[in-house]
Amino acid sequence: MLEIKNLHVKVDKQEILKGVDLKVNAGEVHSIMGPNGSGKSTLAQVLAGRETYEVTAGEVIYEGKNLLEMAPEERACEGVFMAFQYPVEIPGVNNIYFLKAALNAIRRHHGLDELDAMDFLPLVKEKMKLLGIDDQLQNRAVNEGFSGGEKKRNEIFQMAVLEPRLAILDETDSGLDIDALKIVANGVNALRSPQRALILVTHYQRLLNYVVPDHVHVLVDGRILRSGGKELALELEEKGYTGLEAETQATTSART
Amino acid sequence: MIAGAQAQDSYLESFAQFENGAARNGQGWLSPIRRAAITRFSELGFPTTHDEDWRFTNVAPIAQTPFRLAQDSRTELAPPELEQFRFSGLACSRFVFVNGRYAPRLSSPQPLPDDVKVNSLAHALTAERDSLEQHLARYADYQHDAFSALNTAFMEDGAFVGIPPGTVLQEPIYVLYVSTASAVPTVVHARNLILVGEDSQATVVEEYVSLSASVHFSNVVTELVANENSVLTHYLIERESMQAFNVSTLRIQQGRSSNVTSHSVLLGGALVRNNVHPVLAGEGCDCLINGLFMATGQQHMDNYMKVEHASRHCNSRQFYNGILDGKSRGVLHGRIIVHKDAQKTDAKQTNKNLLLSDEAQIDTKPQLEIYADDVKCTHGATIGQIDEDAIFYLRSRGIAEASARDLLLSAFASENFQRMKAEPIRSYLEALVKQWLSRGKLLEKAR
Repeated sequence: MLEIKNLHVKVDKQEILKGVDLKVNAGEVHSIMGPNGSGKSTLAQVLAGRETYEVTAGEVIYEGKNLLEMAPEERACEGVFMAFQYPVEIPGVNNIYFLKAALNAIRRHHGLDELDAMDFLPLVKEKMKLLGIDDQLQNRAVNEGFSGGEKKRNEIFQMAVLEPRLAILDETDSGLDIDALKIVANGVNALRSPQRALILVTHYQRLLNYVVPDHVHVLVDGRILRSGGKELALELEEKGYTGLEAETQATTSART
Repeated sequence: MIAGAQAQDSYLESFAQFENGAARNGQGWLSPIRRAAITRFSELGFPTTHDEDWRFTNVAPIAQTPFRLAQDSRTELAPPELEQFRFSGLACSRFVFVNGRYAPRLSSPQPLPDDVKVNSLAHALTAERDSLEQHLARYADYQHDAFSALNTAFMEDGAFVGIPPGTVLQEPIYVLYVSTASAVPTVVHARNLILVGEDSQATVVEEYVSLSASVHFSNVVTELVANENSVLTHYLIERESMQAFNVSTLRIQQGRSSNVTSHSVLLGGALVRNNVHPVLAGEGCDCLINGLFMATGQQHMDNYMKVEHASRHCNSRQFYNGILDGKSRGVLHGRIIVHKDAQKTDAKQTNKNLLLSDEAQIDTKPQLEIYADDVKCTHGATIGQIDEDAIFYLRSRGIAEASARDLLLSAFASENFQRMKAEPIRSYLEALVKQWLSRGKLLEKAR
């Protein structure tokens, strides 16, 4: 579904990603872990189409197409979704109205009829029930005055309604209490299917207690240091990034 | 300057002719006021940017244009041409003025409660002389304001609304000013007088439109008297052509416990100056001034607020949002004056501006003059660009960039619309804003 090859990315002339390779198949859940400043969020933003990041080398192929040539809205219409680490507040734009506009933009892209409020509201109710969230937030302006946890829940709610094929969660688990964390995990698990793929960008191992990933990658200083199965997350928790880094360097030098 | 002085002389000459005509029409009682006003105008001349109240607005394009008083062309218009000027879902009375003259054939008055008077001012000047003499030209300051002086000298017609005490008008009164094509630049000195009795409630809408791209100047004065415990909502909608000039003064006199709301939506006109001047004369008044101005191209829109707290325990709120694109220029001058005896005044002023292009410009100037010692006065102004993070957020959910921009601009404008209670008028204005946005998009494509 997604293939990232030798991706190099600069922000303000500073190289953040220094050659990332990653292959994600439909049905898989990948977790990308790494310390602060390792380039995790940069990777997520580049996949979503943020224009402030400059791709200097490499390519990203999504469903056989060059993802980097697509506008952010085109990516979204083709099924790419990023849950923001810091969701933006948009005063004056009603949450439900916004979500309906987004869903209808995607439906139009696929040649489907737009949903009217009569069809849309039951869908919203169903998704809220699925995630166990109340509906008070939905009649407010997008993220305006939401707490950190409410914003993250709103991202998951949007994901549940838009049903992307490839979802990238950028530290959606950071700073959440256990109840909110469970909602996020529910959302992710509900979306898991053989047709979909998820990339969980995270700083902590905690989310992985609720969502078991198929693959774990450790990103350090703009490169993937190690990839493995779910046990890599446990190893990482035990040894820490520095321990893992030292060990990897030792193995690499021993080999050479 | 010379051209300005010549234009000034031409006003004096046309006044001499005008006065003979007006006197013949049986409005002799107005003569002393007209003469005082034209004398004052000849002394004042047009303001310049050296004048503090006009620092950011150069009226030379008005001063140097030889305007002729607009001709009567009421018979040239057919009702279908005005079909678009309606609030759907409202069965309100519409009073149409063509080039400043009341056009009964194009108007559609609805049955109103007993003793409510809605008339053309031209008619009222003779028929309602008693109530007019008490109020007309008693509030708008022609001693210090050249445009009010000109209007007072030349006023002939406009809307007269008289609401007796204890009367609630359910439907708004809609006053539509239409200017038509003309070979030479024309001026209309529209004059409106709105008197709201004790415990009464009403809504009045003034809208200014052009049916051609002729050069035209609307010099408007509206005097609004809100008596004790009355509730009045006033709308000003400016959507004249890009060749039109509009200087409009709304002078509000508020009695005890009265509640007045002024909504302004400025979309049209080459050079627009919108003066809103409430005097909170009685205790416990509430005054809300809510304005939205959207300019593009070479448009210049100047909003001049002068909120005078003259009595105790009054609240005033000013909310103005501006969106400026192209090479347009906006001005927001928000003056609050708290007189010595106006203790417990609570006055607040907020101005937010969005600049959509590098060449658009806004000057925003709060000015507080406080002579009482127990008051709460706050002001705040912001100038910013459209939030690119919000654009990206919307795009990342599948919404195209142009729609995302429109959505954010509509949301910005909706802050003003939310303060408007009359849903049909709000929808009408929201549709105008949508049109404005799509016009901008067309221009972008053409580039």
